[in-house]
Amino acid sequence: MSLCLDRLSVDIAGRRIVTGIDLAVGDREFAGLVGPNGSGKSTILKAIYRVHQPSAGRVLLDGADLLALRPKDAARRIAVVTQESTSEFDFTVREMVMIGRIPHKHSFDRDTETDRAIVDHSIERVGCEALARRRFNTLSGGEKQLVLIARALAQEADHLILDEPTNHLDIHHQVEILEIVAGLRVTVLAALHDLSLAALFCHTIHVLSAGQIVTAGPPGAVLTPETIRHAYGADVLVIDHPDTGTPHLIPRRSNRKDPPCTSTTTPGQEPGDAPGAPR
Amino acid sequence: MREDDERAVPAKPAPAAASPGPVAARWRDRTPLAIVLFACAALLVVAMTLGVGIGSVPLSPVAVWHVVAGGLAGHPENSVAGIIVWQIRLPRVLLAAVVGAALTTAGSVVQVLVRNALADPFLLGVSSGASVGATAVLLLGVFASLGVWAISVGSVLGALAAMMAVFLVSRSGPGLAPTQLILCGVVLSALFESVTSYLIFRGNPQATQSVLFWLLGSFGLASWNQLPIPAAALAAAMVYLMAQGRTLNALAMGAEPAASLGVDVRRLRRNLFVVTSLMAGVAVAVSGVIGFVGLVVPHIVRLMVGSDHRRVLPTGVLIGASFMVVGDLLARTIVAPQEMPIGVITAFIGAPTLIVLIRRRPYLYGATQ
Repeated sequence: MSLCLDRLSVDIAGRRIVTGIDLAVGDREFAGLVGPNGSGKSTILKAIYRVHQPSAGRVLLDGADLLALRPKDAARRIAVVTQESTSEFDFTVREMVMIGRIPHKHSFDRDTETDRAIVDHSIERVGCEALARRRFNTLSGGEKQLVLIARALAQEADHLILDEPTNHLDIHHQVEILEIVAGLRVTVLAALHDLSLAALFCHTIHVLSAGQIVTAGPPGAVLTPETIRHAYGADVLVIDHPDTGTPHLIPRRSNRKDPPCTSTTTPGQEPGDAPGAPR
Repeated sequence: MREDDERAVPAKPAPAAASPGPVAARWRDRTPLAIVLFACAALLVVAMTLGVGIGSVPLSPVAVWHVVAGGLAGHPENSVAGIIVWQIRLPRVLLAAVVGAALTTAGSVVQVLVRNALADPFLLGVSSGASVGATAVLLLGVFASLGVWAISVGSVLGALAAMMAVFLVSRSGPGLAPTQLILCGVVLSALFESVTSYLIFRGNPQATQSVLFWLLGSFGLASWNQLPIPAAALAAAMVYLMAQGRTLNALAMGAEPAASLGVDVRRLRRNLFVVTSLMAGVAVAVSGVIGFVGLVVPHIVRLMVGSDHRRVLPTGVLIGASFMVVGDLLARTIVAPQEMPIGVITAFIGAPTLIVLIRRRPYLYGATQ
């Protein structure tokens, strides 16, 4: 159970978005993909789950070419959780999770007892038993995300891709979701925004900037002020997490001499911008 | 059939701990499909019996079924009742049922294809293309040699041309993406409608009246030999769509989640586009442009059985058929001995129904965000 990107490049509408990505996630490893907005995190993930076609390079699953598999066979190996908005359609939580069984079903197959057991078990694993009969559209953001993870579990894949699964969630749900994912004993590649949170859960972190991997390794080695300045153009303090010793990043204000109430900004460093984004 | 009401109440999400109900008490969250289908089939039988029985010569249900049984056995009665039922009313009611089912099915699928609750089968240009064809037949005498089939042939050709145009224009990029499809459909529809308007503007007033009547839809010209093609189209489409029931659910989640579930989105969208356009095109060819059925009935069906398309599609066939049979019955009885265009009736029933539905389920229509 390993996932490997081999010199992967992706073009969208004639523009190169990511270039020569080499990345390996070992058996049951939790790998984080971090980088500023627009650095290409989602693009890489979408090339893995076939929304984008790579213009060069390969995606290898246990050494075999993933993109050569039939889509259905690929979906039995890799499940995906994205940020999903509400749908115009009215599905209950159980129906939503049952959708995860699609890669295992033929055209006219009915839902079997096995399917139902898998769906119920998946819902239990994310602790959403109480929501099973609710309508998906009536759930809160955190609850929806848990249900989508349950749907991925019902897919029974041994690899899991997460695209910013904790965005817009409160701190309780952020930790809860990553804790559940870390406890799944599957191979995980997750694009994450919160670096301290990534450090808390990931075995390995790959830092992406302007479409290229700038560094990769254990959180303690990778998340340094220098790397963050290089990749994000942001100044941070890094301290050790008192519980785990993993790096914890503390943002610093940009170097300005004026008191905060005046509106002059240092040239070239607008605090609201994402300075590391590709030009 | 409204068993799910008590769970629809919380418009705002309650915290997980306060959610009602133990798990695993009962797996089924919804009424079993067999019961729903049985009830809907009974409704359709009642609607069709009334549709055949009511008219200038009223017939009792017993008389109706007596004639139908005789006709099915191969020897239709030669009595007045026999001729009215077998030659006039039954083919008309059956055609209305088939067209209602086809438009509902096409509407349900187009709403998934463009992921938009406002979509209807005519969104993608089929009806406006068919209108050009039918108008050309009625006003310019195109295909006059084909006699009674001229309008059907003209509108089918118009529908196919429109379908091809929308398909080719919206094929670029990821291919038939929702916004692309909607925009191309709306823009090309406007173009075709202007062609129809031009033809009407150039045509003579009497012919213009018949164009207007056709545009609003009617089953007044129904006959047995009009039935096989729409019925076969509906049956073939249903077989394909039922095979895609699960993947339709995945596509309802959006293109990317569907792709991650192993669905070949590009191919699925192409097939759905062709299937729904053909179904809508054939329906328009035999009955004109009957609005609102393909928009409203899919919503009614989803409120009854949820959004799982393995439930929505078969229920939709029965409800759509019943809706159209009742609509046609009203169209020919309300102002008897004259006939109202059925499009007037469907909009009159459909618009208030949809408004009530939207008000009852605010969260489904984005009103709680």
